[in-house]
Amino acid sequence: MPSQITVTVNGTPVRVPSGATVAVAMVIAGQACRTSVSGEPRGPLCGMGICFECRVAIGGIPHCRSCQVLCEQGMQVTTEN
Amino acid sequence: MTREAQQHFEILVIGGGPAGMSAAARAAERGARVGIVDDNFRLGGQIWRGEPDDSRSDDAKKTEASQWADRVRTSGVTALCGLRVVHQPAPRVLLAENLDGFCELTYDKLVLATGAREKFLPFPGWTLPNVMGAGGLQAMVKCGLPIRGKRVVVAGTGPLLLAVASYLRKHGAEIAVICEQASWSDLAKLGLALFSCPEKIIPALQLKRDLAGVPFAANSWPLAAHGQQALESVTISRAGKGEKISCDYLACGFHLIPNIELPLLLGCAVNNGYVQVDDFQTTTVPSVFCAGEPTSIGGVELALIEGQIAGLAAAGHGMEAQALFGKRRKARRFARSLDRTFRLRPELRSLPSSDTFVCRCEDVSYSRLRQHSSWRAAKLHTRCGMGPCQGRVCGSATQFLFNWNTDSVRPPVFPARVETLAAIPSRSQLQSSEVTGGES
Repeated sequence: MPSQITVTVNGTPVRVPSGATVAVAMVIAGQACRTSVSGEPRGPLCGMGICFECRVAIGGIPHCRSCQVLCEQGMQVTTEN
Repeated sequence: MTREAQQHFEILVIGGGPAGMSAAARAAERGARVGIVDDNFRLGGQIWRGEPDDSRSDDAKKTEASQWADRVRTSGVTALCGLRVVHQPAPRVLLAENLDGFCELTYDKLVLATGAREKFLPFPGWTLPNVMGAGGLQAMVKCGLPIRGKRVVVAGTGPLLLAVASYLRKHGAEIAVICEQASWSDLAKLGLALFSCPEKIIPALQLKRDLAGVPFAANSWPLAAHGQQALESVTISRAGKGEKISCDYLACGFHLIPNIELPLLLGCAVNNGYVQVDDFQTTTVPSVFCAGEPTSIGGVELALIEGQIAGLAAAGHGMEAQALFGKRRKARRFARSLDRTFRLRPELRSLPSSDTFVCRCEDVSYSRLRQHSSWRAAKLHTRCGMGPCQGRVCGSATQFLFNWNTDSVRPPVFPARVETLAAIPSRSQLQSSEVTGGES
């Protein structure tokens, strides 16, 4: 298994350690996961699937909690704005 | 998963942390057909997340986590990971979903081992990216977040702060300071309580060694987090004075609160926020057991004892379970001293400013909430607690800030897809037609 894999975040490739969650990819990419209802950038808070702050669209499926999903090579992640 | 798949287990365990794993293993080792469900992508819970799988090394070197993982595997427990329970459409039936679909799980006996989550308190700037829970940042690092060379402020309260600081430091982080809101005198009392639990002294000394040279402040808490698009610095209160510290991450949690949403949904009685259980970990609902943090925040040792008792009792081996009662009594005593030590000080109620968002899902500010007299009124008028986390974050915060009672749940206990929910009426129609003898 390669030690690094590549996913894309809003079209930009991001290299992450294999076994990383999508939430980790978002923080490595320096991208907020979502924009709050009043327009604030938000990122992961609880890291365990409770707070829903880290939700993104993964492979076109909206509202995925990125901390609960492992990165796969070529996975396409888009932020929800 | 195929849609509308149904699986039956003699004993179904919800939650794959230490309590759930020990319950499942002990029950399966006595011959029961056992299933264990967890929302995460692998077993272990939050505390054993990311433990190396050293199943090939010899027994002496194995960690407690891998020993229990082995026992779950070899006893034939069916592990269903990445699956979360959202509803109970009928007695002894649970509806669960994953990324691909949903299924129904049925059982004779149920063990709830739903664990705990971090308690978060609002302060200005706490919604900035890179302000995370203490356990939250640790979980992210266990899931691959590079932390080497990063500067971290660890703040809040509870034994988790030290464990997290030690873990992050081992992985190359620079811990700028650990801010513990508890007082030195309360911490000293806890230190004395350690002497009644010799098995906790060695890990405590180990932690002390791991954290040598890291600044630790008692009577200290975060006042504000600052940054534009993400965190840049934190102002803490130390010795009564504000102090600004630049950092990459703020790891901040105020001890733990039990996950009691599912027990509440099933009708289990709750006392002071904890699920009520008898000596055999049975809840007030027949055939439903509960073990671990939902019954009291006592850490991994108590969770393992309670899990084993629940698993054995559910499998009909109550006599064997009784052998563990003495150990449990001692571990519970220590849990109570943790509760006392890490009680939140009243000053923390004045942390939020009027425009600080308390409900992060719906961006409801402190000043808007202050106008209401109850959780229900606040929900109706402001949408506080009505977002996807369903009040899991802001509920405990408002409990502390305003003394609101937030112990109420409605199905589904997690946001669920429409097609999952659509399965519910068809089932109840089916049952009513069975009851009435069917309508042709």
